[in-house]
Amino acid sequence: MYTQAMSVGPQDAAGAEDSTLQAAFDARIDAGDFIEAKDWMPDHYRKTLVRQISQHAHSEIVGMLPEGNWIGRAPTLKRKAILLAKVQDEAGHGLYLYSAAETLGTSRDQMLDALHKGKAKYSSIFNYPTTTWADVGVIGWLVDGAAIMNQVPLCRCSYAPYARAMIRVCREESFHQRQGYESLLVLMREGTAAQKAMVQDAVNRWWWPSLMMFGPPDDASPNSEQSMRWGIKRITNDQLRQKFVDATVPQAEILGVSLPDPLLKWNAERDAHDFGPIDWEEFWRVVNGEGPLNRERLGARVKAWNDGAWVREAALAHAKKQAMTKDAA
Amino acid sequence: MSTQMEWPLWEVFVRSKAGLDHKHCGSLHAPDAKMAVQLARDVYTRRQEGVSIWVVPSSQITASDPSDKGAYFDPMEDKVYRHPTFYELPDSLNHM
Repeated sequence: MYTQAMSVGPQDAAGAEDSTLQAAFDARIDAGDFIEAKDWMPDHYRKTLVRQISQHAHSEIVGMLPEGNWIGRAPTLKRKAILLAKVQDEAGHGLYLYSAAETLGTSRDQMLDALHKGKAKYSSIFNYPTTTWADVGVIGWLVDGAAIMNQVPLCRCSYAPYARAMIRVCREESFHQRQGYESLLVLMREGTAAQKAMVQDAVNRWWWPSLMMFGPPDDASPNSEQSMRWGIKRITNDQLRQKFVDATVPQAEILGVSLPDPLLKWNAERDAHDFGPIDWEEFWRVVNGEGPLNRERLGARVKAWNDGAWVREAALAHAKKQAMTKDAA
Repeated sequence: MSTQMEWPLWEVFVRSKAGLDHKHCGSLHAPDAKMAVQLARDVYTRRQEGVSIWVVPSSQITASDPSDKGAYFDPMEDKVYRHPTFYELPDSLNHM
């Protein structure tokens, strides 16, 4: 669900011997061709994709934690079943994406190792806590909504295995946003004053971090241009953010909540909403490990990996033993 | 880190409904074939996307060489007479 634009590394110097291949590659990109795993590609394209796709996969997996927090405390059996299905989808999305990244020659264990050692990033939104049930609905509405905005253009990414994974992810994602919005509608239309206040409080806490999900502003995102050139990225961070704000304002009205931005207003001249400045210092603080729950989230992933080690080893030992018995027979 | 302990990779093919072909839909890691089928069900058919699953060890797939794509597939490009639309027939001849 959740990719965040912050993934392009430094440019490598292109070797002269690669210049013919490079020219052929550029021509294919310009023609709108898809690049497949076995095709020649520049090193920097490959590295950028491994970084972006693995970060995206990590985000899906870490993203299960804030919502998983509420599975045991969902208010009804229906909401519990829905939340279980959604969290299971996130696991599935992580797996599609790890598979896509693996086609570029990086192993699953290498990617997980980078996550566990804190070298790989994941979407910083998951370092915020889910303190009330309304947070689950607001995550579906705003966080998944922002993710959908980000992800739809990735279905046309030049790297075909990533694009194919994204098509599958997007097909499943709309349920995530709708279930969140619907659960908030129930609270706002049938809830008590305290429940309505709970929704408003959750919106107030998640609004700005949701806007940050689109990544730094275009003028502070120098590598975006390269990703656009390669067809990895199709729409800039600021364009996507604007699209999200414009789509969300009427949804908030129908819901009956306000968005916590006094500067938010329609600008007829631009045919879009103006909105207040984003606290980028907070964004970078959270990206760099100082969010409310960075340590806890990573700790939970590392613990799950370590606690599962014996299962992975036993399953492999069992498979080997079965294969040997079969060979001997 | 223990890459040597990584479960092998499998390619997953799903028949979406009776009468159709199995179609490649992705890959996954599993210790053996039985687990691969079970995991494929959970990863690739959470919304009844299939009625049958095949799994094949990725290492067992032999593929055509992408750098030969031109030489390998282009010879068919000028054989338009292999298509029914190549033949112009009178309109009075319906549905041939």
